[in-house]
Amino acid sequence: MDFTLKIWRQKDSKSKGYFETHYVKDIHPDTSFLEMLDILNQKLIKEGKDPIAFDHDCREGICGSCGLFINGRAHGPDEGITTCQLYMRKFKNNDIIVVEPWRAKPFPVIKDLIVDRSALDKILQEGGYISVNAGEAPEANTIPIPPEIVEEAMDAASCIGCGACVATCKNSSAMLFVASKVSHLALLPQGKIEAKKRVKAMLKKMNELGFGHCSNIGACSKECPKNIPTSHITILNKEFIKSFFKLF
Amino acid sequence: MEIEKNILNPRIPEGPIDKKWTNFKTYCKLVSPANKENLEIIVVGTGLAGASAAATLGELGYNVKVFCYSDTPRRAHSIAAQGGINAAKNYRNDGDTVYRLFLDTIKGGDYRSREANVFRLAELSNAIIDHCVAQGIPFARDYAGYLDTRSFGGALLARTFYARGQTGQQLLLGAYGALNRQVKRGKVKIYPRHDVLNIVLYNGKARGIIARDLITGEIKRFSAHAVVLATGGYGNVYFYSTNAKNSNGSLIWRAYKKGALFANPCFVQIHPTCIPIHGEYQSKLTLMSESLRNDGRVWVPKDIETAKKLQRGEIKANDIKPEDRDYFLERRYPTYGNLVPRDIASRAVKERCDAGFGVNKTGRAVFLDLSDAIKKLGIEEINRRYLNLFQMYEKITNENPYETPMMIYPGVHYTMGGLWVDYLLMTTIPGLFAIGECNFSDHGANRLGASALMQGLADGYFILPVTIGDYLASMIKEPPLPTDIEEFNNAEKEVIEEIEKLFSTKKTETVDNFHKRLGEIMWNKVGMSRNEKGLKEAIQEIRELREDFWKNVIVPGTMNELNQELEKALRVADFLELAELIAYDALHRKESCGSHFREEYQTIEGECLRDDENFAYVAAWKFNGLDKEPILYKDILEFKEVKVGIRSYK
Repeated sequence: MDFTLKIWRQKDSKSKGYFETHYVKDIHPDTSFLEMLDILNQKLIKEGKDPIAFDHDCREGICGSCGLFINGRAHGPDEGITTCQLYMRKFKNNDIIVVEPWRAKPFPVIKDLIVDRSALDKILQEGGYISVNAGEAPEANTIPIPPEIVEEAMDAASCIGCGACVATCKNSSAMLFVASKVSHLALLPQGKIEAKKRVKAMLKKMNELGFGHCSNIGACSKECPKNIPTSHITILNKEFIKSFFKLF
Repeated sequence: MEIEKNILNPRIPEGPIDKKWTNFKTYCKLVSPANKENLEIIVVGTGLAGASAAATLGELGYNVKVFCYSDTPRRAHSIAAQGGINAAKNYRNDGDTVYRLFLDTIKGGDYRSREANVFRLAELSNAIIDHCVAQGIPFARDYAGYLDTRSFGGALLARTFYARGQTGQQLLLGAYGALNRQVKRGKVKIYPRHDVLNIVLYNGKARGIIARDLITGEIKRFSAHAVVLATGGYGNVYFYSTNAKNSNGSLIWRAYKKGALFANPCFVQIHPTCIPIHGEYQSKLTLMSESLRNDGRVWVPKDIETAKKLQRGEIKANDIKPEDRDYFLERRYPTYGNLVPRDIASRAVKERCDAGFGVNKTGRAVFLDLSDAIKKLGIEEINRRYLNLFQMYEKITNENPYETPMMIYPGVHYTMGGLWVDYLLMTTIPGLFAIGECNFSDHGANRLGASALMQGLADGYFILPVTIGDYLASMIKEPPLPTDIEEFNNAEKEVIEEIEKLFSTKKTETVDNFHKRLGEIMWNKVGMSRNEKGLKEAIQEIRELREDFWKNVIVPGTMNELNQELEKALRVADFLELAELIAYDALHRKESCGSHFREEYQTIEGECLRDDENFAYVAAWKFNGLDKEPILYKDILEFKEVKVGIRSYK
């Protein structure tokens, strides 16, 4: 298959970016999107040009490193995947493909398609954990947890921190990201003790860092590679309201 | 560390095996809380071992600096571990004990690991599950809400705890949460997007590191009272592996070149259930979790003509009747069946494919068939157990695993070898510790499934935080080391000179090309099946390739910017040296054990033939200059608890 690529190039965070056009030929349909970029980069390197920088690591859809905005969609035209799990068979021969970095104010571009997502770490540092020291824990089966509760917590906990939800949201809201952690921990008995403090601190940090507000459109969930449902945002909102009352 | 006549002292505590760890803790030196506040520790790597160690050291009151090459600690490759984590809880009442987990692990490693270390690992396994549940890890549970378990290779009972097929992810996010908590408390500082490229020794002790800021290219210096390496394995030497693209062996290799010993480098685990290679543009291998072998059956056709039709694409798996299928693991190993350990399953798959029974167009694949389980358990239950694995398979292969059996083939997955450490997890360089996959300690010649997570977390949460205190007790009077001294100057100079050398070649061939060429040599001659002739050729070919690399590699751009090709080139440069040591160790070990299969040493049935009289030791190598033979040190393995026998899974 042959493709025309329009790829965002940007030397560093201070420089102005622009689109650069590249052509790739004879790409096998079973090539992954990142492998297609590898092929292009090999060509650029041999021609003495600067290869295109992009984040990637596990290439199995779990580390959350990769994240490209492809033809206007986070992780490209497929459902429930990361960019590394997108295959060229999803495109048509001779397609023009536009490749951009995540676009969001809290995610400044570092180089080409690489952005700085450390804002997500900063939110989690405010309380995205249960405060237990190694050595303190009781016997693991002391508290039974209904399996349906654990399954729901697991749905939320499967967030890979890629930032697709933020990049997709027109307000650059990190609501689904924050909700996935708040909900995961609030659903479990071990996480309830710190739930009120946690939800307040994480939302406060989210706002400070320049993420926008949630407008309940649900595009975040649609583009989430782990299909985390917006019902977790509902849980987050409930937890936030509860955090103002002593009774609950 | 006392090294006499090339025999190593692993400093194993006195007492019966089940009292050794308690005795160690009772009598080791301690650092007071006030003194901990004045001590600094560097941790390199943020996988299960690194993140859990850094968090726990912070909880204890030490000041910790932690480094990773990714943009955030949560991306470390432990995240990709799928199937589960072992523990001897005996919740199933199926006869599990700490002792049995210990025995299974020793046998799984083909009697090439240290008894005392393995016992401690089994002993701590239960505390790991307790701690992780308290952290909020959503482990799978049964209908009454109690923790569920499943079976893994090399065990006849169900002791593996899991969170769907994402157990590594959940455990790592737990450790990352604990790390974040210490960041908030001010006890841990994280340095993301930093490649650590050298270790600084001061008076013979590890006292600092040299790191390259991957965004600006700036070379930075950091000092501490001790350095902990948690940098993972070196499977990427083979190019095709299930490791992440950026996983590397650079720092353990640099530690080796500074005098730390490298143990059992030839023990490389080839995992039986990877998705087969489908094209030369492919960049890596993807693993299908061993947990699938709980419910999956591995087979090829009985008849070679049928196999050829499959290879030509004339028929499909479902056209072959059950009675015409050869469930070769069940046939050869009736007791363990599809749940034999990885090394054994991998060799059996290779044997069938070499004999011409492969089931895809390359002839390098066998079926992993869950159709009986889907019929018996229903799709909903299968999804609860394996949903993400089925989805992942479908995305990569474009085939529906609910309708047609998966295809699998062995691939490089894990390295049991690594830096030699004593019982305290310290290398032969004082103050330099190695934890998790980057040390050699617990898995012998073959690791059992679901034991890597167990080891990483045992090392990080429970072992290192205690043993490092024993060392640091002697460091409490040492003030922080300034970084403008000669030792730092020299270590930085070494790094800069190497980088400059990479930019001054003739620039004719890309880094990836060299890496692929290395991988081909390693897979063909230092892979699943090895012999003297091939290994000698490999050593020669690696040397030639290395020379070629330093003359001709292309590294574009400069060192003072984000430069991913430079990062890769530095890693491949180290792989080109490490590869030779792997081959050298494999050549020296004239026996077959676990993952290390020497064709000259096999039974009539084609199983490993161990030589306990001559090779019941850990081979730890000391660097003696490039292109020169390394020096062998032995860590003699004594088996007092275990009766060393033939490792049979039949």
